[in-house]
Amino acid sequence: MSAPLVLLAGNPNSGKTTLFNRLTGSRAKVANYPGVTVSPFAGTLRLEAVGEVDVLDLPGTYSLSARSPDEQIAVDALLGQGRRADAVVVVSDASALARNLYLALQVLETGVPTIIAMTMMDEARATGLALDTVRLAERLGVGIVEIVASTGEGHERLVQALTAALKPGAAHKPRVQTPLAHEVEEDLAPIAAAVTSTLAPRSDAEARALVLWAALSVGDDELARVPPAVREAVAAARSRAERRGADLDLAIVESRYRLIDRVLEGVCGPVPVNARTERIDAVLTHPIAGLIVFVIVMLSVFQVLFSGAEPAVALIESAVGAVQAWIAATLPAGPLASLLSQGIVAGVGNVVVFVPQIALLFLFIGFLEDSGYLARVAFVIDRVMGGVGLHGKAFVPMLSGFACAIPAVMATRTIESRKDRLITMLALPFTSCSARLPIYLLVVATVFNGEAPVLGVLSVGALVLLSMYSLSVIAALSAAAVLRRTVLKAPRPTLILELPPYRRPQFRNLAVNVGQQVRSFLVEAGTVILSLTIILWVLLSYPRLAETTEVFATRQAEATASLSGEALEARRAELASAEAGQRLRESVAGRLGHVLEPALEPLGFDWRIGIGILGAFAAREVFVSTLGIVFDIADADESNESLRQALKHATWPDGRRLLTPLSGVCLMVFFVLACQCMSTLGVVARESRSWKWPLFLFSYMTVLAYVVTLILYQTGQALGIGV
Amino acid sequence: MLSLAESAVSTPPVRIVATPLAAVADGNSAIVRRLILPRATARRLFEMGLLPGTRVRVVRRAPLGDPIELRLRNYSLSIRREEAALIEVEPAV
Repeated sequence: MSAPLVLLAGNPNSGKTTLFNRLTGSRAKVANYPGVTVSPFAGTLRLEAVGEVDVLDLPGTYSLSARSPDEQIAVDALLGQGRRADAVVVVSDASALARNLYLALQVLETGVPTIIAMTMMDEARATGLALDTVRLAERLGVGIVEIVASTGEGHERLVQALTAALKPGAAHKPRVQTPLAHEVEEDLAPIAAAVTSTLAPRSDAEARALVLWAALSVGDDELARVPPAVREAVAAARSRAERRGADLDLAIVESRYRLIDRVLEGVCGPVPVNARTERIDAVLTHPIAGLIVFVIVMLSVFQVLFSGAEPAVALIESAVGAVQAWIAATLPAGPLASLLSQGIVAGVGNVVVFVPQIALLFLFIGFLEDSGYLARVAFVIDRVMGGVGLHGKAFVPMLSGFACAIPAVMATRTIESRKDRLITMLALPFTSCSARLPIYLLVVATVFNGEAPVLGVLSVGALVLLSMYSLSVIAALSAAAVLRRTVLKAPRPTLILELPPYRRPQFRNLAVNVGQQVRSFLVEAGTVILSLTIILWVLLSYPRLAETTEVFATRQAEATASLSGEALEARRAELASAEAGQRLRESVAGRLGHVLEPALEPLGFDWRIGIGILGAFAAREVFVSTLGIVFDIADADESNESLRQALKHATWPDGRRLLTPLSGVCLMVFFVLACQCMSTLGVVARESRSWKWPLFLFSYMTVLAYVVTLILYQTGQALGIGV
Repeated sequence: MLSLAESAVSTPPVRIVATPLAAVADGNSAIVRRLILPRATARRLFEMGLLPGTRVRVVRRAPLGDPIELRLRNYSLSIRREEAALIEVEPAV
């Protein structure tokens, strides 16, 4: 027999995740649900009298009605045909009790053994709330445990209650039912018939819960497995209600709230105003002060993300370099050493290098979310984001995209709606990430006089960079607007956003959350990125021609025979660079560069730039070092003078200059728009739980980049600008 | 946007003149009468406790003028003016 399953359900901001982390420690994993964009975390809990228990932390929700596969997880675990929950802990925030009890009531209606964990009791009491949880428990016929998340108070009692609920036979089934008006019962009759015949409810309570679930969820949903009979019955019931001038949704929800209001009468005193939150909001949402704070907070997040991860990234890069050097010194040069060092070690480095930024971003997001400010970020900026069809919550991911798309795509987890989340995920890779910067810098230094002043204040270099960043913003926002009207057709997202009370974030909770995010990235996106790196390595290093090996062995021997000391060392380095260049040019990717040249020429790029673009899939900045190798320059970065000179003097076979100001701008524009980053594709695959979306992302960005660059180059050529 | 004259067809005669929630000044309270919103939006608001008969206080507008912050059932909820314009309210007594 498998371990019992306990669900943790609760409103957003109810302290549910804090409780989950306390119950399961920090060993939680992302649970795998196909077709779901925001997967719940699963962990285990050891109960002395019961043994191992699986705990599923459902995404925060205000209700059990489900219109999307994400929301359906909870309903399936309570009422579905597969694995069922043996008990549910509904985490309820005492300070907004009525709304929290709405969810609890829905869970109680299913008849599954339930415990209510009442959180924020300390906060509620501090503001002067009088709540009699004992009487509330009696009225609901359910166990209520008061807990204080920060201190762990009440945790023991919760574990005891859970143990009691899970003991075989001892389970106390709740019998709370929402009374409905006679006419509503009549409206629902066809749904009841359809549910009984198609969904096989195991009890009266379940049948009833399924009827109410169907009435509220079916109709404008995206659910895949609703029996047609149920769909028809719901449509019939809704039009029946309409004929008598009633709204079935409203009738059901109203009845539940009426029951809640009755239950709370005399149990819960009037809720006093949260003075602290009022005081803080007077500043943080003030028309002027609020905007100033917003700009400062967002700039700090960006600054830390952009440069704060730098030391850690440098450390990781030098560690990778050290391991590669060790391999080169230990193993004989050859395919095995190359696979180890350029494939596997470089691939692991490619994955680990994102960890500092992911950790920092989720530390920030966790802090902002737990403190309550993240909701205010959405509140303050929603007008701007709403203008382009995005949600206020898309702001932080979009902003993070300017540092790196990988953590930014992960940050879209804070957006609840699946479509809104996908749209944000598919538009944000346009934002000009830090890996594009070396390319801009190399091109500017090669084809422009970067320091020359423009308009008195700006330099040419600054103007070019500003244009590229502006282009990326325009591209990202337009993409979001177009996607919403086409591929992910959806009405402009409505904003229904709770502004929770300000609270002090718990450091432990933040740390656990960061750890979980990093681990899930390493395990899931990491394996994809590692595999792609190895594939790319194969393309860039094979075939290895025996001929080339011979030629360079002969030249090395000649050099050793004729030179000595420093001259020999210099000659050896030169030969090594030349060999690397030759190998790359002979590789599959090198040949692909030639194959692609006819397609790239109308954009102003030759086969050498083509190889650079292929190499840049590893990460955009790799374009620079790949181009270096093509030009026989080892270890080039964007400030490498030999590479700049080589590029300046590179020509087409007919003697025209390769990199003109026009083709330079085209190259930068191409990199703004193209999805030259397999890690982005890997993380989108993992976050969208399908390969369909990353393939779509890659295709539409590449096509757009190609077309725009083509038009730009051809127009420039025709008009004779920058040639 | 639905005009009030159009929407009045489906409801009993109006006794108190209804105003849109979007027109309620900051700091004032009102009682919700009716939501003239698409099903998905209306249902979400219902489930969050914003129902006909619920007392709502308009707390403030966001710094850029939209969305607005409401206080109902002891918590703060933010919705856009666009939706608030389609929620009919009557003055709270």
